Amino acid sequence: MVRIKGVKSSMTTATTIKELPKEEYWFPGNASCAGCGAAIAIRLAQKALGQRTVFVVPACCTSVIQSAFPFSAFATPCLNIAFEAAAAAASGVVAAYEKRGVKDVTVMAWAGDGGTVDIGLQSLSGAAERGTNFIYVCYDNEAYGNTGFQRSGSSPFGSQTTTTPTGKREHKKNVPMIMAAHDIPYVATACISYPIDFVNKLRKAKTFTGTKYIQILTPCPPGWRYSTEKTVEMGRLAVQTGIWALYEIEQGKFRLNPPSAGLIDKSKRKPIEDYVKAQGRFGQLSPSDVAELKRWVDETWENYKRQQFNV
Amino acid sequence: MQTIIETGNKVAGLACKAARADVIAAYPITPQTTVVEQIADLVESGQLDAKYIRVESEHSAMAACIGAAVGGARTFTATSSHGLALMHEMLHWASASRLPIVMAVVNRAMGPSWNIWADFSDSLSQRDTGWIQFYCADNQEIFDTIIQAYKLCEDSRVFMPAMVCFEGFILSHTSMPVQIPEQKDVDDFLPKYNPPWLIDVDNPVTHGAIVYPEWYMEFRYFMYEALENARKLIPEIDREYGKKFGISHGGHIEEYRCEDADNIILSMGTISSEAKLAVDNLRKQGQKIGAARVRVFRPFPKDEIARIAKNAQMLTVIDRQISYGMEGPLHTETKATLYSRTDSPLVAGFIAGLGGRDVTVHDIETMTKKTYQYLQAGKVEQEVQWYGLRE
Repeated sequence: MVRIKGVKSSMTTATTIKELPKEEYWFPGNASCAGCGAAIAIRLAQKALGQRTVFVVPACCTSVIQSAFPFSAFATPCLNIAFEAAAAAASGVVAAYEKRGVKDVTVMAWAGDGGTVDIGLQSLSGAAERGTNFIYVCYDNEAYGNTGFQRSGSSPFGSQTTTTPTGKREHKKNVPMIMAAHDIPYVATACISYPIDFVNKLRKAKTFTGTKYIQILTPCPPGWRYSTEKTVEMGRLAVQTGIWALYEIEQGKFRLNPPSAGLIDKSKRKPIEDYVKAQGRFGQLSPSDVAELKRWVDETWENYKRQQFNV
Repeated sequence: MQTIIETGNKVAGLACKAARADVIAAYPITPQTTVVEQIADLVESGQLDAKYIRVESEHSAMAACIGAAVGGARTFTATSSHGLALMHEMLHWASASRLPIVMAVVNRAMGPSWNIWADFSDSLSQRDTGWIQFYCADNQEIFDTIIQAYKLCEDSRVFMPAMVCFEGFILSHTSMPVQIPEQKDVDDFLPKYNPPWLIDVDNPVTHGAIVYPEWYMEFRYFMYEALENARKLIPEIDREYGKKFGISHGGHIEEYRCEDADNIILSMGTISSEAKLAVDNLRKQGQKIGAARVRVFRPFPKDEIARIAKNAQMLTVIDRQISYGMEGPLHTETKATLYSRTDSPLVAGFIAGLGGRDVTVHDIETMTKKTYQYLQAGKVEQEVQWYGLRE
């Protein structure tokens, strides 16, 4: 067991990556793929929240890449749990801590998109409706990654997965808005290519009592089919093209965050083609598919606009 | 000690209170509902200092119990039938995580067709999940067994979860006199839960990580060993409870007039109470008959069954459950226990009382008439018999 004792990390808002703790709570030698976006997200989340954090992890890439018994890449405690059960198990940990008077520990469910938007949505909804005091992070690689990249409700329109070999015909499920509809104090989206934004969102989430939901886009080289050094670039393109947007909904108030805040004007957004052409999973898109994807992005941004300006 | 007159479900709730459960996570299902309603009353009126998580499903109930138990809480839940079936995955998770969760299972038949009445098809379907399984015959036993179950499950030699099963409506909604011990005596018998492995930021451990084939079997062996340890501890704890509170339930098996019996009626739950009355009636008619009630189905009381079967020539086994493609589970386990014993009696199985159908004293007497015929003939003509089927 590797332990880091007595590390105190700054919990204030960070402005540059240099302000993040130097301590590593996610150890090298973990079993993630080269260029894994999820591993970047874990590392950042731990730096954001520090040692006094409990991870509750359902079946997902993180259950695999944390390494196998008797090793663990986590310096923070981790409870692995069944696929659909992260939010419910986290509710149990929270209740036990409340009963025992443990006050200074953050309980964080850390789940993939399959475990969140599909099989785990019921227990997440239940925990949120009960106002469970925890942070739920969905790291979204847009498919069932560790089982070989099958379609999830979070896979985008047109993307090839191993169960949609000719491309998915439905659009991505909008779970951040579903969570916002639960009237929880804090909902946010993030992307590993914008680490400071993610870290600050986690730290802000920690200041609220109740359920906090953050969905972070984590590009996946083997699933999305791009070369492993381009993970950060791929996340950046997702945001720059507007297919993924960074926003937060704080006490019901929607706000686009930079750089997405500057992309309300459609002309500021890079063409969708820049994003889809960079990835093998979109290799078979027809011109009409690309048009449909564009239509969806535009419509999604109309929604953002309405919420941003409260109209 | 206070005597109250209450239903089985209310008594289960009172046992949860007496055990000072820290966290309860539950979802309502007939006929369990009044257990969770009672607990809600106890928590909201301040009589039970616990966190009560009103989850959105039984799957989440067990997941929350697991989280709470890992978080250091004594946990309790209750369910029935489809609720238990929905929990199935998490039942494995709880036992393999070695968590001493105690759950009341108010036995109810599985659908379809919808049926809310008693049989053991719900809990016996969970036989291989690693959970210790108790089956109660009256409301007093429900209270006592829940307290005993915590004592057993939290023993460092066990650290496994337990189901305390009792039949829906027959016990759950029937009032009976029950003696409730003083809280300080329960506290004395059942000290505070002291979890050996905790999810704790000051001692960061990864729980439930991947285990490769080189290690998996060892973890499963530890579970096997834990239930073997439970086998030894169950009668000890029941005796200790008896010494303290003046009530005990026979450890693994409750025997009734078995000493000189040539034919023993073997059953579980409330059918066993009817069997006792049948024994009294048949004894008056000169039959040397006895009854035994299997109180613990896992670990299965192999030695006790072998012992009572030693002098008997016939076992009349009544199952309130059917394993399709085979026979009643109690029947199967009993025969397995006696296999290779040269002194094994004849064994005949009856399927009875499914979906809450009444099994009366008269029915049991009729079954034994059949088995006495087998005994005279020296062989069991029909090994499995569905009792009382409509023609």
